[in-house]
Amino acid sequence: MKKSYLLLSLIVVVLLAATSISVFAQDPVELRIAWYNDGNEGEVLRDLLDRFEAENSDIRVVVDTIPYDAILNQLPVQVQAGEGPDMARVTDQAAYRGYYLDMRSLVADAAYWDASFPAAALAALRLEGDETGLYGFPNQFTVSAPYINRTLFEQAGVEVPSDSMDAVTWEEWTEAAASAAQATGTPYAIAMDRSGHRFAGPMFSQGAVLFHDDGTITIDSEGFRSMAQILIDWHTRGLTPVEVWVGSGGTYSAGADFFINGQVAMYMSGSWQVGRFANDIGDAFDWEVVPNPTGPGGSTGMPGGTFMVAFSETEHPAEVARVMDYLASADVLREFSERSLFIPAHLGLGELNFATDNPLAEAALVAFANEVPKLSDQAYQLQYGGQGFAINNPIRDRLTQVIAGELTLDEAVARIQQDIDDALATAGQ
Amino acid sequence: MNRTAAPLEKSTASPTPQSPNFIQILFNGFVDLIDRLMAPLQNLLGVQRMAYIFVLPNLLIFGIFIILPMILNLSYAFTGSTQLFPADRPFIGADNFARLFECSNFLDPNTCREDVFWRAVFNSTIFVIVQVSFMVVMALTTALALNRKIMLRAFFRSVFFYPVLLSPVVVALIWKWILQQDGLLNAVIVSLGGTRVPFLLNAEWARVWVILISVWAQMGFFTLILLAGLQAIPSELYEAASMDGASAWASFRNITLPLLMPTMTVVLVLALIRAVQVFDQVVPFTNGGPGTATTYMVQYIYNTGFTNQTREYGIAAAASVLMALILFTLTFAQLRLTRAGQNES
Repeated sequence: MKKSYLLLSLIVVVLLAATSISVFAQDPVELRIAWYNDGNEGEVLRDLLDRFEAENSDIRVVVDTIPYDAILNQLPVQVQAGEGPDMARVTDQAAYRGYYLDMRSLVADAAYWDASFPAAALAALRLEGDETGLYGFPNQFTVSAPYINRTLFEQAGVEVPSDSMDAVTWEEWTEAAASAAQATGTPYAIAMDRSGHRFAGPMFSQGAVLFHDDGTITIDSEGFRSMAQILIDWHTRGLTPVEVWVGSGGTYSAGADFFINGQVAMYMSGSWQVGRFANDIGDAFDWEVVPNPTGPGGSTGMPGGTFMVAFSETEHPAEVARVMDYLASADVLREFSERSLFIPAHLGLGELNFATDNPLAEAALVAFANEVPKLSDQAYQLQYGGQGFAINNPIRDRLTQVIAGELTLDEAVARIQQDIDDALATAGQ
Repeated sequence: MNRTAAPLEKSTASPTPQSPNFIQILFNGFVDLIDRLMAPLQNLLGVQRMAYIFVLPNLLIFGIFIILPMILNLSYAFTGSTQLFPADRPFIGADNFARLFECSNFLDPNTCREDVFWRAVFNSTIFVIVQVSFMVVMALTTALALNRKIMLRAFFRSVFFYPVLLSPVVVALIWKWILQQDGLLNAVIVSLGGTRVPFLLNAEWARVWVILISVWAQMGFFTLILLAGLQAIPSELYEAASMDGASAWASFRNITLPLLMPTMTVVLVLALIRAVQVFDQVVPFTNGGPGTATTYMVQYIYNTGFTNQTREYGIAAAASVLMALILFTLTFAQLRLTRAGQNES
């Protein structure tokens, strides 16, 4: 029996020794980033992080690339439950307020962060009453606007309306795109991503006013109804691929594939598609970005973008701050933007030399930059005011029900208002 | 109570002329360790109560993964806010239930405050009635056919059971690939000169396909149960009926159906419970669309709690409590019917 005890003791000692060796070897700290891709930005990030790791052997950064849908739906729950990653690339920045890591005392130079990024963007990560928290930075600025397939217009002999007019309405664009599609046998005239954010720009251009001085939010307006009716008509007239709004259930859905495959003449999306279009369309046809259509509310798209944020549950706040410092540095952000074909949100990068020899991509980026000064206050309020979470999805889901024949537009308007009120009430409890 | 029961018999390797090998030494050491742990415990508790020690691991797992979530869910149903942790959630009484039941006409979801919940209830009700009826009839027909002495019987039995082995997500993705607007079936229709059919973009078509696919995927399981039931019916009864000149239909009606009824009851209730829980196949297939045409109760709960930007855990929990009541009723009915069947037989 003594022999068996001796053997068991020996095994325990060996196991303990093995554990101790790994502890004393000081493995690098492993940090995780939850990330999604629109184009090649994941490759660029990995490349940049490889360089960081080469100079910082005590840190290893793992990039977990997940679908955008998972960023929207699963990451917030993970973070709330304390099971989130150390850092993430997010678009719904308000969803994580209160769960961010305050890096003000951790980064090398907090003043650089304050001076380099728009104050409104940094404030968008803070809870009400918090004026100093440094939780992340915007690593990409986006603007929504329509793309057109110019080759289709030319083949159809239909003039591109914005070539000759400064202000083109959605109705005029719809008819022009419909004519181009019909003349060329293209399946669809026009498409818009199934997203409340994408609908919002046109809605504001049509004159919708959501936010009022007394703090109330009202969905019912001529402008909202006008744009909603235009979207509904696209479906009833067979001008748009039904799959995008009706065929995707209750989630976000992009119409980009239809545009890339030359199946639609006009496509309402945003600047984040430039890199993908430059890669995937190649020289199949000429594409370009046209100004946001004009209406009583102006000619506004929606601002947006992605934020690189850090979460307070991390076990390695100092190391996270070092990675974030590196990713927020001007040189790294410049390279990230130039190689990903993204509009940077950094205020001090100056003129960029985008890494593309595709003149269509370069022109598109310029066109998007031209849209920035036209963005309306309502659009900024929706994006950064902290109430977008209660507005975007009800608009998307209720309009889908109208298109699917489950609700009338009147019923949808009432439902959206109730959904917004309920969501704000629940969030405020 | 005798608390001084005899200690566990020590397990020692029987003496052999050869010295024990490594595995034996390890095993003996392990048994000795267990013995040293358990013997004092048995002395303390007595032999009778040692049973509790042995079921403790299972009880713990059941408690942590079944009972605790149920209690948590119940507490969430009476709280508000979008906070995840119960301590951060304010008690709001039965407000969540009141919101779910705020309806001026329960037969018209549009008049209900939580209209999507009621749409899901109606969708689930229609799905359960149609899918279960269709599946039981199909499974019975298939079982009857496979119970006959037909060619390649073993092969066909495997073929009908095969879809049951597939993951629901795989089933959904395969059928989506076939039925989507530019899918395989539409390609065939177009190649034959027809026009594309919106199988997944039209509410009625989508509902029909969701039912057909779930029947296709699950029928094999119920066919197998019914087949076992059919094989348990003594063949002498059919021989006697045949000698009395009974027709095939008369044999089926007077012998097969009555004797198969206990099995049919089990199949019916199991199919009902599975139909009420439908979720995993539908989400990758239609994701509840078009509109809310194929949104069923579990998906409503999932969306409300986890995919909506405003995570209303309280409403989702209240809806799942209601659903649990439905499932409890069905399970209770199954137990009663099964017991009644056993008493009759």
